[in-house]
Amino acid sequence: MNLKNLYDDFRDGGTIKTFAKIIQKDAKKLKRSINIMEVCGGHTHTIMRYGLKQLLPKNINFIHGPGCPVCIIPKERIDHAYILSLQKDVILVSLGDMIKVPASHGSLQDARANGADVRFIYSPLDCLKIAIENPKKKIIFFAIGFETTTPMTAVLLEMVIKQNIKNLFFHINHITVPEVMGVLLDDPTNKIDAFLAPSHVSVISGAKIYEIFPKKYNRPVVVSGFEPVDVMESISMLVKQFIENRCELEIEYKRAVDFEGNVKAQKIIAKYFKTRDFFKWRGLGNVAKSGLKLKNRYKKYDIEFIYKDLLPLTEVKDHKLCICGDILKGIATPLECKIFGKSCTPSSPVRACMVSSEGACSAYFKYDFI
Amino acid sequence: MCLSIPSKVVKIDKKANVATLDTMGIKRDASLALMEDGAVEIGDYVLLHIGFTMNKIDEVSALESLETYKEILEIMDREENKTIGEGS
Repeated sequence: MNLKNLYDDFRDGGTIKTFAKIIQKDAKKLKRSINIMEVCGGHTHTIMRYGLKQLLPKNINFIHGPGCPVCIIPKERIDHAYILSLQKDVILVSLGDMIKVPASHGSLQDARANGADVRFIYSPLDCLKIAIENPKKKIIFFAIGFETTTPMTAVLLEMVIKQNIKNLFFHINHITVPEVMGVLLDDPTNKIDAFLAPSHVSVISGAKIYEIFPKKYNRPVVVSGFEPVDVMESISMLVKQFIENRCELEIEYKRAVDFEGNVKAQKIIAKYFKTRDFFKWRGLGNVAKSGLKLKNRYKKYDIEFIYKDLLPLTEVKDHKLCICGDILKGIATPLECKIFGKSCTPSSPVRACMVSSEGACSAYFKYDFI
Repeated sequence: MCLSIPSKVVKIDKKANVATLDTMGIKRDASLALMEDGAVEIGDYVLLHIGFTMNKIDEVSALESLETYKEILEIMDREENKTIGEGS
């Protein structure tokens, strides 16, 4: 096998069409329409980019899920980043996804235009170099992401401790997937019949985190890879579960995901992080046990503790015409939003869903808004 | 954010615990801090995520999937040809 096979063969048009035919054939045996929620924004982009929606029969629908870690951060937490970036002798650092995300005072890009030292990095480990090169500055890493990205922040903290670096701090916005899937299903008006579970969250956490959904909620789950062939095969697996009257947790993305996940990564997360009682998700409100924070013994690295008097906790409302909240819950699509593609565009976004690489509005604007 | 890139391991620096990865011609270093000691070898396929090797790609499983796709494609072709044959 060549590296190229891992890209090209899982994007092969012939294989995609073959799965489309199998799904078309099997879907005739479905007793009713099924709504599949792709939890992760990466899957939303694959579905839109490769036109997979158009290849499916009318009785199979996608519901886009809340799996975009940038989109679900409430305004008040991005305001924290903005406020922190303007403090004296602070360098605020985050991953590139955060550049254009607007909040109450503007985006981090705007903060930089206003004189703040805001830097966007490729890897959390880049913070070490910035901290060593700027010993008189406070380096604040605004950490975002699901289970996929959390262990990398934990490794950074471990290196900060080992290398005795005194000027690197953390604003933690790490969140976890299963709790919010549960919240969506607890809503009696939900229309979700099955889940396509995220690819790389599952690489870290293992498929075990979804066991509850077939068992307790009677919703089948297939852990899918990100390539279009993966998504089509996963949909085919879900359709077969329905016509064979099964309700199971299955893994399509077997080349990268197993039941247990990356145990070493899970251990380092458990070493440095604890679960928050609640984390507020944009559009979904407080979701119990869905966010992480540093354990008390690492408080001296936690900027939310150090600057607690500076960082407001009051809720900030979203733009009144923006329906991103409903889009994140899967009860609306971007095309139903009055400002989509008009006053909200990638160059002038009203909210994160339009600029995040995993945002549903961004996917619709790029691939469906023609 | 959650996207990870399939890459091939071309070099390992055990002391620094870093692997050099080839991503379709682009070479990048990636930390091995999330991998068990000795788990990654030169020639392995891995997933690269924000400067880290996050796991190994199981080559056997990938090849099995590709083989299955080939078989499905052949079965579908045969079925279609049969249908066309019956129709004519």
